[in-house]
Amino acid sequence: MSEKIVFQKPESVYDRATHYCPGCHHGTIHRLVGEILDEMKLREKTILVSSIGCSVFLYNYLEVDAVEAPHGRAPAVATGVKRARMDKFVFTYQGDGDLASIGMAEIMHAANRGERISVVFVNNTVYGMTGGQMAPTTMEGQKTTTCPSGRCPESHGLPIRMAEIIASLGGVAFCARTAVDTVKNLNQTKKAIRRAFEVQTAGTGFGFVEVLSTCPTNWRMTPLKANERIAAEMIPYFPLGVFKDADAEVCA
Amino acid sequence: MSRIVIREERCKGCLLCTTACPKGLIVQSERFNKMGYKVAEVPEGRMAECTACASCAKLCPDCCITVYKSEKPAAKGKAAGGKKEKK
Repeated sequence: MSEKIVFQKPESVYDRATHYCPGCHHGTIHRLVGEILDEMKLREKTILVSSIGCSVFLYNYLEVDAVEAPHGRAPAVATGVKRARMDKFVFTYQGDGDLASIGMAEIMHAANRGERISVVFVNNTVYGMTGGQMAPTTMEGQKTTTCPSGRCPESHGLPIRMAEIIASLGGVAFCARTAVDTVKNLNQTKKAIRRAFEVQTAGTGFGFVEVLSTCPTNWRMTPLKANERIAAEMIPYFPLGVFKDADAEVCA
Repeated sequence: MSRIVIREERCKGCLLCTTACPKGLIVQSERFNKMGYKVAEVPEGRMAECTACASCAKLCPDCCITVYKSEKPAAKGKAAGGKKEKK
């Protein structure tokens, strides 16, 4: 009886063990990005702009050319890369501490200008690499090392919903929020990332995908409990869906 | 027989695959790998139930799982059309 391989590691992902903690969704999202780069045959013309955070070593895991940007500045670096090399496919991969806190100005203006870049935004509600400090996306009541009694809305405000903010800007062609906790959500994520990449290859505008992710270590949970928290706590506050999918005429 | 192959040296024992399998075939083993994680496994004799849906492999954050799907022998297929010739 013959058999065929129906699922294996995509070619764009190096065959290498990652430094991520058990159950971290970064590995899953890397693989999805790799699969889409393979399917769209973009690997040879891609320039990745990686960020600061746990995903800082992304260039060790994706087999594409890469630029390392200072903390939060990936959209600004990507703007320069794209404007200098219009023929290349440019995307950034950023976490929530990087994109929603330190890099807030860069992402807002890159999106508003409608730069032809794509952004994969991984939201795990905490600063992962630096040791679990409070991020702008930290959930109400969530305990972190800098808010040990839980995030308090009176003094810290409420978590920022980035996808909705980005969707309201003029230059954005595609904006969605997805998760990778179940196979169904994972398939939606793949579709969304593909669409965010397509709006760049078609020259329509800025593509943005927010992916809800776990951080079992800094949430102080087992990987399985952390995976359940996505559906139980995060999705009710961060609703999944496509917030903008505009045609070329609508975009600036 | 469809089957999965788990690369135990890469498995971090997060067990997300155990929640993904619609048949609940994957469980935690008693073995540790070099990194010190208790790896996931399919108990002996249960692999025959695998349908190669690849749910486990899709959820695995570490690309540990390769999924093989068995193909029906050519003689058995009742549609004798072009599908058979392709393979």
